[in-house]
Formats: sequence, C-alpha cells, structure tokens
Amino acid sequence: MDKNSKSYFTLFKSTFFLSAFTFGGGYVIVPMMKKKFVDEFGWLEEEEMLNIAAIAQSSPGAMAVNASILVGWRLLGLSGALVAILGTILPPFIILSAISFFYAAFRDNAVISAALKGMMAGVCAVIFDVVITMGGRIVKAKKWLPIIIMVGAFIVYYVLRVNIIYIIVFCGTLGALVSLYDKHAGKEHI
Amino acid sequence: MIYLQLFWSFLQIGLFSFGGGMAAMPLIQNQVVDIHGWLTLAEFTDLITISEMTPGPIAINSATFVGTQIAGFGGALVSTLGSILPSCIIVLSLAWLYSKYQELVVIKGVLAGLRPTVVALILSAGLSILVLAFWGSAGFTWNLASLDFIAVALFAGWLFLLRKFDLNPIVVILGSGLIGGTCYLLF
Repeated sequence: MDKNSKSYFTLFKSTFFLSAFTFGGGYVIVPMMKKKFVDEFGWLEEEEMLNIAAIAQSSPGAMAVNASILVGWRLLGLSGALVAILGTILPPFIILSAISFFYAAFRDNAVISAALKGMMAGVCAVIFDVVITMGGRIVKAKKWLPIIIMVGAFIVYYVLRVNIIYIIVFCGTLGALVSLYDKHAGKEHI
Repeated sequence: MIYLQLFWSFLQIGLFSFGGGMAAMPLIQNQVVDIHGWLTLAEFTDLITISEMTPGPIAINSATFVGTQIAGFGGALVSTLGSILPSCIIVLSLAWLYSKYQELVVIKGVLAGLRPTVVALILSAGLSILVLAFWGSAGFTWNLASLDFIAVALFAGWLFLLRKFDLNPIVVILGSGLIGGTCYLLF
C-alpha cells in the first residue's frame, strides 16, 4: 500500500473499531492492532509493532490508549497521535455516557438490581482469578524479593492503609535500584 | 472546582496505574470511593461490572462514568482528559528514549518492582468488593446469619470454573447475574 493511503480517516476508523470491539481492556489490543496495521494495511513492520507493545506496556495508563498514541504518532506524527487517541477513547466514552445517564433508573429496578447483585459475586471471581494467575507466576519464579514485595505491599495497603501512591512510588524505585545493582553485580534478585 | 478535582484525581489514576487491565482498579477505588466519596463501594462495583462487559479500558470507562455522575458531560470530558494526559506525555517520551538507547534497564526495573505490587493492590480491591458481596455494606462479621450464602456459592462456583476452563469474563459475569439474580428474586 502506498504512503498516501495512510489517511487520518482510515487511522480514526481503524482505532475506533479496534476500541469498540476490545472487551475488558489490557493486552488483547496488541494482537488486534498487529492484525490491522501490520498484516492488513502493511503500515508497520512486525518488529515495530513489538516495540510499540513493549513501550505501551512500560508506560502508565491504559494499554489500548498507549499503543494507539504510538501507532498514530509513528504513522502521521503528532496529529496522527491525536486522531488515534480520539478513535480509541470515543467508543467507551459514548457507551459509558449512555449507561451513566440511565444508571439511576436501572439501579432502582428490582430485576436489574438483583442481577447486578448476582454479578458482583461473578466479578469477584474474575478478579480473584486474575490475582491467582498473576500471583502464581510470581511465586513460581522463586525469587524472594518479588514475593516479599507482594506480601509487604498487601499488608501495608490493606491492613495499614498507607497511601497507595507512596506504595507504588516506593516499589517502583526499589525495582529500579535493585535492577541497576543486579546489572553491575551480575545477579538476578528481581 | 469540581472539574479541577475530577481532572486531578483521574490524572493521578492515569499516572500511577502500571500494568494494564485491572491495574487501574485499586487506584480508581482509592480516589473515587475512599478519598472523594463520589461513588459508594456498591456503585463502584457496578462500575467494574459494567467495565468488564463493555469495550474499552477500565480507566476510560470509569472516568466517563464518574465524570457524568458527578458533573455531567463536562465532568466526563475533563476526567477522561485527565486520565490520558500522563499516558500521552510519558509514552512519547519513552518512545524517544527507546529510539536513542534501545535498552532501558531502569524502566524494566521499575516494572519488575511494580508487578508484585500491582497483584497485591488488585487483591486488596478485590477483597473489599468480596466483603461487600458476602456481608453487605455493614462489613465483615463472624456472625453467619449476616453472610450471603448465594453470593458465597456463586463466587466459589465461578472461581472454580474460571480456574478449570479459562472462561470468558463476560460469560462469567452475565451467568452470575442470571443465576444470582434469579436466586435473589426468588428467595
């Protein structure tokens, strides 16, 4: 495909539809983007898409938004990034605005409120499933420092109610310092 | 004033949520329920339920929902902007750094330190929702009479099925709403 076809409209349309059909958020967006921008349009090399995924993953914020910013920027510069952001956030923005608008009326309906109460237990199961998978991976890696961080962060946040932002800044800094030390000492604590 | 508060809260959520997926959930709960009281824990749980069933990242969904509830369309707009602004700046700076250095030891270290932290924070948020589902808004007690056995059975059943068969979360949540909702209406 020639360079002219990288139009703002196609970029907007692609990010809009990718966002509209990606449920639950997270890493699901990456393989879908690869399919669209690498396989279908041929706008990006597979290698570039992998780099984009790695950088998106390393940054704070929603994975889908981060990846869109990078794809848009890579293809059409700053205005491309803005178009891609717009395409990505519009579907959830529209859907949640509508739901939020009707929420009060929904919540008071006996049937819907019973269903929402039932869903609560299902959501808990989904959350604990994620925790077991992620936590299990950390325990199985058998490095003591990440395990201590996990248990420590839980106690400090859930039991001692320390400010969540302090915990994130502390653990992130600790990870950076330990990995720098590890690189110099040739060890692997983290 | 409320616009500024919404913007600032979601800016912090956008800035400190690493790890994708549910990583933003504990931060949103902290800002929206604990610090500002914009939603009750039950409303926040509904929001997570809705977010899991609709497309889009939890942070954007929450920004739109909370913003609309608190300050209408303008509230939704400033909250969403706040939640993506840190991403825009950091992601582009990292892309630039990456093109210069390729290997980013410090960033990898930060993420390695945050991975176990995020698990602990998601567990904490999950536990507070679990307590709400099992005991209601009164909170945890040892008294069995106040325990919601329907919720306990649903939770245990779905968690077992999720571990065993790797089900789609949307199926689990809808199924739980259907079965649980019927039980709550009948009993």
